[in-house]
Amino acid sequence: MTIEWAWISDHAGDLTTLTLSHLQAALTAVLLGLLISLPLAVLAHRVRPLRGFLLGLSNVLFTIPSIAVFVLLLPVSGLTRTTTVIGLTIYTLVVLLRNTVEGLDSVPAKAREAAIAMGTRPLRTLLTVELPLALPVIMAGVRIATVMSISLVSVATYIGDGGLGQLFTDGFQRNFPTPVVVGVVLTLLLALVADALLVAVQYVLTPWTRQRHPKSGKA
Amino acid sequence: MIKFDAVNKRFPNGTTAVHDLTLEMPEGGITVLVGSSGCGKTTTLRMINRMVDPTSGTIRLGGKDVLEQDAAELRRGIGYVIQQSGLFPHRTVLDNIATVPLLLGWGRKKARARAAELLETVGLTAEAGKRYPHQLSGGQQQRVGVARALAADPPVLLMDEPFGAVDPVVRTQLQDELIRLQRELNKTIAFVTHDIDEAVRLGDRIAVFRTGGHLVQCAAPAELLARPADDFVADFLGAERELKLLSLTTLAEVPLQRATTVREDAPAPPAGSGPLLVVSARNEPLGWLDPSGTDAAPLTPVRPLRDTDTLLAALNESIASPAGLIARVDADGVLTGVTSREAIHEHAGRRHQEAARAAVSLTEATALSKTPGGTV
Repeated sequence: MTIEWAWISDHAGDLTTLTLSHLQAALTAVLLGLLISLPLAVLAHRVRPLRGFLLGLSNVLFTIPSIAVFVLLLPVSGLTRTTTVIGLTIYTLVVLLRNTVEGLDSVPAKAREAAIAMGTRPLRTLLTVELPLALPVIMAGVRIATVMSISLVSVATYIGDGGLGQLFTDGFQRNFPTPVVVGVVLTLLLALVADALLVAVQYVLTPWTRQRHPKSGKA
Repeated sequence: MIKFDAVNKRFPNGTTAVHDLTLEMPEGGITVLVGSSGCGKTTTLRMINRMVDPTSGTIRLGGKDVLEQDAAELRRGIGYVIQQSGLFPHRTVLDNIATVPLLLGWGRKKARARAAELLETVGLTAEAGKRYPHQLSGGQQQRVGVARALAADPPVLLMDEPFGAVDPVVRTQLQDELIRLQRELNKTIAFVTHDIDEAVRLGDRIAVFRTGGHLVQCAAPAELLARPADDFVADFLGAERELKLLSLTTLAEVPLQRATTVREDAPAPPAGSGPLLVVSARNEPLGWLDPSGTDAAPLTPVRPLRDTDTLLAALNESIASPAGLIARVDADGVLTGVTSREAIHEHAGRRHQEAARAAVSLTEATALSKTPGGTV
C-alpha cells in the first residue's frame, strides 16, 4: 500500500471543503443535542418519575443502528444535510442527557439550599448556581458526544453526505487506498483538536476547579 | 420580632414536625432553638423564611404574615447561615458575600465594596476574598457564611447549626465573634443547635423542643437552668446545669478581701504562715508560695481573674489554688484582692435562688394572665 502524495496536494481544496463540512455536521449535532438535553435533563432532575423514562428513551434511541436511522428519516428530510444532523443529534442525546442529569445531581445540596434561602428565584438558581456547578460533568459528556459525532459523520456517506466519509467510498470503489488513509487521519485529527479545544473551554469556564490544594494558614 | 401563633407542620408522609407552636422571638435578641434531632427545631427555623410553609397557624415577621409575602423577596430580607457554610464553590469568597446585594440590584461595584467591608467585619483579610471557598479552613468558611448573611444588613438572621461542623476550639472563637458582632449589630437572631452549652452561651432566650415538635419550655438561660419545666428539660440540660448557671454570672458582684502578699524580691517569709501570694513590683500576681514546704518549693501557678470572668472560672481556679483563694486583678493585671472559695459558693447559691425565684414569679404571672375571665 503506497500513499500517493501528489493526489493529496492535487485535492487540497476538496479535502478542506470535506473537513469543514464534516466538522460542521458534527458540531451542529452536538449543539442541537445540548439544546434538547438541557431542558429535558432539568425536567428529569426535578421530576423523579420522568427521569427513568427519559434516560431509558435516550438509551433505546441509541441502540437503533445508524444506517436504519438514516433510512427511516429519508421520507421526512430526504437526502440532505438535515437528515445527517438529525441522525447524529439522536446519538448525542444518550450521553448529553445522562451527563447533564448527573451533573445536576452532583450540585451540593447545601449550595442549592443557600441560593434559594437567600432569595434567588428558580431560573436564576439554575443558570447561576446549578448549571455552573454541573459544568464539569456536562463538559465530560460534551467531549464524548463531540468525538463520537465526528467519527459517526462518515456513516452519512450512504445518503450522499458524510463529509470525510466520502473519501472512504471513493477509495474503496477505485481500489485506491490514499483517500481512505487521508480520510482516517483527518477524522482523527479533527477529533483530537476538537477535544483539546473543549478541554481548554472547560478550563476557562471552571476557574474554581483549578487549585485543588488549599493554601494553609489562617487569614 | 418573630411571632409564631398556633403553628403546625405535618409532612405528607404523616410525621408531625411542629406541633401547636406559639412562640415569640424578641427583637434584637438571640433566640436559641434547642433539642435532639427530629424535634422540629430546624423546621421551625425554615418556616420563618418560607423554606417550609406551615400546615396551619401564622408566622409574623415584624407584624406581617410571612405567607402573604413573595417568598424570594422575603428571603432577601433575612440572613441565612447553615452548617458547613453552604458557600457557592464556584464563586470567590467576595462574590459569595455579594450574593444578596446583587440579587437586590445594587450593582457589582457597590456589592463588592460592601463584601470587602464585611470580610473585615468577620475577621478575614482582603486577600481571602479572592480565594474560592474550598481554599479556606472550615472556620474561615463559616465566617464567610456569616458575612454573606449580613451583606444586605437584614434585621433578622437565621442560623441553622452554623458552628456544628468545626472543631471545639474554633467553635468557641466563632461563638465569641458572634457575641461581639451581635453587641454592635443587634439583629433578631433565631439560632438552631443541639448543643446546650452553645445555647446557654449565646441565647438571650432558649426554646427547648421535644421529639414530635413540642415546645417544652422557652425561657432566659438562667431561668431555664434554675427551674427546668420538667424532667425532660432537666435531663436535656444535663447533670451539670447548676455549673452552667455559674457560667452566666460574672465575678463582679462577689466581694473582695485584702490579700496577704509578698514581693518577689523580698526575703523568704518565716515558715508556718499560710500560703502567700507572690507579686511583682507592679503588684501583679505571680504565684502562690507555701512557706510550710521546703525552701526550694516552686510557686504554685496562679491564673488571675477579672471582674468580667465567670463564677465558673472562679470556682475552677479556687479548686486548683492552695488556699482556696482566687487572685483578682483589674483590667491592667494589677492585684485588687482575693476571694475565697466559700464566698464564691455563697454567691453562686444566692444567684441560683434568685434565678429560681424570678422564674417562679414569671410562671405565676403567666398562669394568672391565662386564667379564663381573669381580671388582673
